[in-house]
Amino acid sequence: MASARNWLLADSPSSRLQANLGRTYRISAALLRNPLTVIGAIIILVLVVTALFAPWIAPYSATGQNLSNRLLPPGAEHWMGTDELGRDIFSRVIYGSQITLTIVLLVAVIAAPLGLLIGAVSGYFGGWVDRLLMGVTDIFLSLPKLILALAFVAALGPGINNAIIAIAITTWPAYARIARAETLTFRNSEFISALQLQGASAARVIVRHILPLCTSSMIIRVTLDMAGIILTAAGLGFLGLGAQPPLPEWGAMISRGRAFILDQWWVATMPGIAIIVVSLGFCFLGDGLRDVLDPKQGDKY
Amino acid sequence: MSLDTRIGPEPTLSPPSGSGSRRLKRAVSAVFWFCLTLALTFLGLLAITFFIGRIIPIDPVLAVVGDRASAQTYEAARVAMGLDRPLPVQFLSYVGDILTGNFGTSVSTGRPVLSDLGRVFPATLEMATLGIIIGVALGVPMGVIAASRQGSFVDQGIRVLGLLGYSVPAFWLGLVGLALFYAHLRWVGGPGRLDIFYDGLVPYVTGIMLIDSLLAGDFDVFRNAIWHLVLPASVLGFFSLAYIARMTRSFMLDQLSQEFVTTARVKGVPERVVIWRHAFYPIRIQLITVIALSYAGLLEGSVMIETVFSWPGIGNYLTSALLNADMNAVLGATLVIGAVFILINKISDVLYRVLDPRAR
Repeated sequence: MASARNWLLADSPSSRLQANLGRTYRISAALLRNPLTVIGAIIILVLVVTALFAPWIAPYSATGQNLSNRLLPPGAEHWMGTDELGRDIFSRVIYGSQITLTIVLLVAVIAAPLGLLIGAVSGYFGGWVDRLLMGVTDIFLSLPKLILALAFVAALGPGINNAIIAIAITTWPAYARIARAETLTFRNSEFISALQLQGASAARVIVRHILPLCTSSMIIRVTLDMAGIILTAAGLGFLGLGAQPPLPEWGAMISRGRAFILDQWWVATMPGIAIIVVSLGFCFLGDGLRDVLDPKQGDKY
Repeated sequence: MSLDTRIGPEPTLSPPSGSGSRRLKRAVSAVFWFCLTLALTFLGLLAITFFIGRIIPIDPVLAVVGDRASAQTYEAARVAMGLDRPLPVQFLSYVGDILTGNFGTSVSTGRPVLSDLGRVFPATLEMATLGIIIGVALGVPMGVIAASRQGSFVDQGIRVLGLLGYSVPAFWLGLVGLALFYAHLRWVGGPGRLDIFYDGLVPYVTGIMLIDSLLAGDFDVFRNAIWHLVLPASVLGFFSLAYIARMTRSFMLDQLSQEFVTTARVKGVPERVVIWRHAFYPIRIQLITVIALSYAGLLEGSVMIETVFSWPGIGNYLTSALLNADMNAVLGATLVIGAVFILINKISDVLYRVLDPRAR
């Protein structure tokens, strides 16, 4: 055990594999030291497992109606009660995790690479390219995100796909800024000059050598942004602009429970708690990741 | 500043004579750049709303002439609406329209969008202003206390509270607040700005109910308005509180690790004075920026809150326009919220540079 640890923490690793494993070990050990980070990681893990195995976990179907069981309070039979169509809220919350995870992943997959590429290109080339790209980025950054997403969805039409596009459109500028700042720090360093002298094309330098170096700060930022993305998606769902019924999207479920909030509080409250738990999980994890991977940034977010 | 122990004469900060004109030139150029970036940002906002207005799947001409119109009528209407012109020309005329206050007519209210917006904006302003007051009054002291007891239970509690500000959906908090404080405890008024029998009792002057009722001398209405305002403003205030407390804490931690703080402590200055006078004093300018950003954020956050509380503000206007596919109203409200947001952002940026000598 001790020798494995020594091998992982060796000052001069003898192979690339050893260096990578050592780095992974050091980072995960640092992450495990912070209880909030562990809680966050567990929450996200539970979310992923729930989404993957929803049909086996949920006791009832997400859309099956049973009008004789309308608006039952939480109890042994229905852990979170039932809604106005007699659907089991616990099962709907379970299935809703699939939608939330899909939205979050798709937004990250669309917005992060886009922002990364724009920022890296801007930082690498500088000059007019930089000024133009950053000008556009700054304009997007200085606009209110939620309002912009609302306006885009209004134009594109309601629905989960358009909600994802709208959120992605409002999310990329922050990533572009970060990627540019990162790129500038090593734009003039010697390994870049060496690559250029070897005749590497700009595309090759950016994709193979600059982008990988930006990923760690990008991962932190994306994790921290997840909570915001979930809230925006839920907000769009709440306003009837996101996922459409009968999809068990958490925001849309709160919106339906609104009519019963005074007497049947559980209909709106339960999906809200799910949103809070998952968002908090991402916040905890993002905070912890930042403390470990980028300590100089401190508690700014 | 009675504790200030001055050693020797004050260092002279004023530059030697003759540089007055240079300073003036610098100020003028700063103002010029500020106005230019502001104008460019506004132009960008206009470009985005213009673009959104063009990608809507609804054919604006068809909406006017109806689907039974002949091709000639359709073409005539298209020309009359200026849609046959090239896009850049259309954009210029759109910018001209907006600058002259022509936001188009709302389909659902039948009135010009700009006058609609003027009517609903004070309600949002009232709510957001009370919200930011609550957020500052609670958030700043909480951040300072958290920083001065770093790692304690209090600090952890405030930290979690701050993270909750990023993870609780505003509309959900509003709904739960209504269920708890209005329906069960009866501590606050329900949705809307006033109880129905107070409606229309005070004449419309500023549109801000608290001021209008005082101007009319009607204290019953004033009390009722506060009764209704307190819950939505507190919900909004919670979100600014979370953000402000978090930022205050991190600014304070920066200051408390500085050497002058250690010096003050070594000299035996009471901890209360160290924290509030020595450490807190320098961060007040950074806090102005944070508070301004948070205020702009509240204008945005009010969109979600107003729907829940049936608050007749700009957020409610925007969301009901969204559901009616009333694009003129949607784009108008987006423009106004966006413009106010940009303005607050840029002003806080400038204020920071003007007030903080280190940023000059």
